[in-house]
Amino acid sequence: MMKAAIRTSMFRSVMAVAMTLCTVALAGDRHIIVQSTTSTQNSGLYDHILPIYEAAAGVQVRVVAVGTGQAIKNARNCDGDVLLVHAKSAEEAFVGQGYGKQRFDVMYNDFVIVGPRDDPAGIRGLSEATEALKAIASLSLPFASRADDSGTHQKEMQLWRDGGVDPIADSGTWYRETGSGMGATLNIAVAMNAYAMTDRATWISFGNKAEHSVLVEGDPDLFNQYGVILVSSEKCPNTRAEAGQHFINWLLGPDGQEAIAAYSLDGMQLFFPNARPNDPS
Amino acid sequence: MRWSLCLGLPPKDMPMHDDGPSALQTGTTPILPITGKGLFVRRKGRDLLDVQDITIGGRGTTVLVGPNGAGKSLMLNILAGLKAPDRGTVLWNGVPPSRSRYCRFGMVLQSAVLLRRPALSNIEYALRAVGHDKVEARNRAHRALADAGMTKLASASARVLSGGERQRLALARALAVQPDVLFLDEPTSSLDPASVLAIERMVKAASDGGMRIVLIAHDLAQARRVSNEIMMMHNGRIIETAPTDRFFDAPKSAEAAAFIAGKILIS
Amino acid sequence: MQDFAASFAEAFQLVFGLNSGLLEVVWLSLRVSLTAVAVAAVIGLPLGAFLAVSRFPGRAVIIVTLTAMMGLPPVVVGLVVYLMLSSAGALGPLQLLYTPTAMIIAQSILVLPIIASLARQTLEDLHVEYRDQLMLFGLGSLARLRTLLWEGRYSLLTALLAGFGRAIAEVGAVIIVGGNINHVTRVMTTTIALETSKGNLALALGLGIILVAIAFAVNALVFVSRAAAERYAHA
Ligand SMILES: Nc1ncnc2c1ncn2[C@@H]1O[C@H](COP(=O)(O)OP(=O)(O)OP(=O)(O)O)[C@@H](O)[C@H]1O
Ligand SMILES: [Mg+2]
Repeated sequence: MMKAAIRTSMFRSVMAVAMTLCTVALAGDRHIIVQSTTSTQNSGLYDHILPIYEAAAGVQVRVVAVGTGQAIKNARNCDGDVLLVHAKSAEEAFVGQGYGKQRFDVMYNDFVIVGPRDDPAGIRGLSEATEALKAIASLSLPFASRADDSGTHQKEMQLWRDGGVDPIADSGTWYRETGSGMGATLNIAVAMNAYAMTDRATWISFGNKAEHSVLVEGDPDLFNQYGVILVSSEKCPNTRAEAGQHFINWLLGPDGQEAIAAYSLDGMQLFFPNARPNDPS
Repeated sequence: MRWSLCLGLPPKDMPMHDDGPSALQTGTTPILPITGKGLFVRRKGRDLLDVQDITIGGRGTTVLVGPNGAGKSLMLNILAGLKAPDRGTVLWNGVPPSRSRYCRFGMVLQSAVLLRRPALSNIEYALRAVGHDKVEARNRAHRALADAGMTKLASASARVLSGGERQRLALARALAVQPDVLFLDEPTSSLDPASVLAIERMVKAASDGGMRIVLIAHDLAQARRVSNEIMMMHNGRIIETAPTDRFFDAPKSAEAAAFIAGKILIS
Repeated sequence: MQDFAASFAEAFQLVFGLNSGLLEVVWLSLRVSLTAVAVAAVIGLPLGAFLAVSRFPGRAVIIVTLTAMMGLPPVVVGLVVYLMLSSAGALGPLQLLYTPTAMIIAQSILVLPIIASLARQTLEDLHVEYRDQLMLFGLGSLARLRTLLWEGRYSLLTALLAGFGRAIAEVGAVIIVGGNINHVTRVMTTTIALETSKGNLALALGLGIILVAIAFAVNALVFVSRAAAERYAHA
């Protein structure tokens, strides 16, 4: 009767849960987790290179894409096997504290400053990023900052410091701290006619550029280096060190470097491999 | 006929009133007589019930009469163990009511609650609840439905039956379990004459079979037809208890006389 | 800004192109949210029923707490579950972070208060009507709860649907504990967030339209089957 019906439905729910748990446990066998950045993910790089690696190695690479700051925090919590981010000093601190073994350069691209077509600050074509930022600040023109402790944000703060400007003092007026990822910040910049700093890969693959374009590029200060670190199995005994190392070796080796170089969008290469596998920094 | 069929219930049966070891007596003991002593309920300064001594035992049908708000339903609910009085005790054959003994006790509430399932399943449910197996419950439910003249409605949804059909189904469900005692709270209110007679026939048959029946009614003609004893309540008290003929022919109290004469009783 | 027409075009293209990636994401969304609702129901319905029929000190506090928790911010739940499931957390050894199971856990927590609170209210009203009759059946307290749940099943379905609506639509919790990993933990809402951040606004909105359509379909399915069941044998 109804008792039986209820029992059956409860039984089914419990079974559903059990089955989910089982599938997860099984699928959990051959994979590694890479804590990485939104810029690499949003640009589509992983969609390009990971299938190549997975086919060769038979190991699934699961990418968690967050800001560099959060990626490092997650890795510190032992919630990843490999860290692939772009904030060299923070990465070196991570290694220095023993959370990672060694840091290797993997690839680079560059940052650019984008802004509205009419460019009220007149920064188009400037060769020095700090000059451009100073011009924006002096006219109090809107600038959208990620303000999320990401690699891009750390770089941006460095440039403000170099230019002797403290934008935080004006936060909420012309300086807008979005607290969001690169894409979300670009959406805001486009909507507000604001300037913003972004990595080139995200910009090229960004689908909502509207009237915005790249205004400042090519300054050596805008160099954007990506590094990779294996999470230490001494700090984090549960890490899949072997599989993680295998992935890193592949990235730094000829196959991985070639795969990175081969990725382009609209005829433009997004990342430039520059690994020196025998030379950790 | 066997009226006292009680089936094995789980021994870990929870007594509703925890009165020590006696409360653990299970459904295998008879529940008659049902007695109430010093039953008292007061709300907002008004005595809703004040019954010093009431015993329901023996055989036959007692009809409980009295004006609206006299406390009839309240008293039956208390005797049924559904409500606790402010003071006083209810005993079923010397032991407070406990859950397992409801297999010998039946009641059709003033507003009968039918379950959201077909008519037949409603009866099956009650039978399963007292421990009949599936097959037995189904057979008995079919029989009970047939006795109530409702075979055609077996698969009709209980919640969409007409008022009269609902009353009959509720009665059939209570009878199916074959309790020793059956309380009926206005089982024929708002029914057409044929339905009233149908219900009265079922009650009479049960009574003839040995089931002790207590029925609340406002229709004095009905009271005459089905009862062999009348109990009259007023303002929470039992005014008079008498054999049916005596009650109507020679009421002892002034209230009873006024009530029979159709005069409103001012409380 | 892309206009709405473009989003609808994207949505249709996605649906009728029978994009396998889309199917995967839709399927995972449904699997995670439906499982979360099932888990929350298995706990929340009996809890709601228990709170509806029993009286004990502290009951009011529990009810108010549960009701307040109906408005739990998904991000906060996500964060708490993350901290528990993180390798550094109490449940770290289970290795559940960044798996669908983690998402199910987070969504179950989000949905549980909704189901339990709505069930409590429904069953409390029902209990007023049924209490005496259930006593007369001579049922034990557990059997009474079960019957009450079954009698309230159609109203309780609404509670489950409310829970499902919250689960399928939230992004804050699943993106933190699931990590939005392609082919593993990427669901409709996290895909929408991702496409928005890539500036693919029309595509994001197109996915949003599909999400709404799925929620609509689930509700319609339940509505129709409930009506059929009610018509068939019950009321
Ligand atoms: N919980 C309660 N609180 C306050 N008053 C109550 C409560 N329950 C019942 N009463 C009152 O008790 C009185 C007796 O009620 P009861 O239902 O027993 O009357 P009755 O004799 O069955 O009347 P009727 O013929 O109308 O059914 C009524 O005046 C009713 O309003
Ligand atoms: Mg009454």
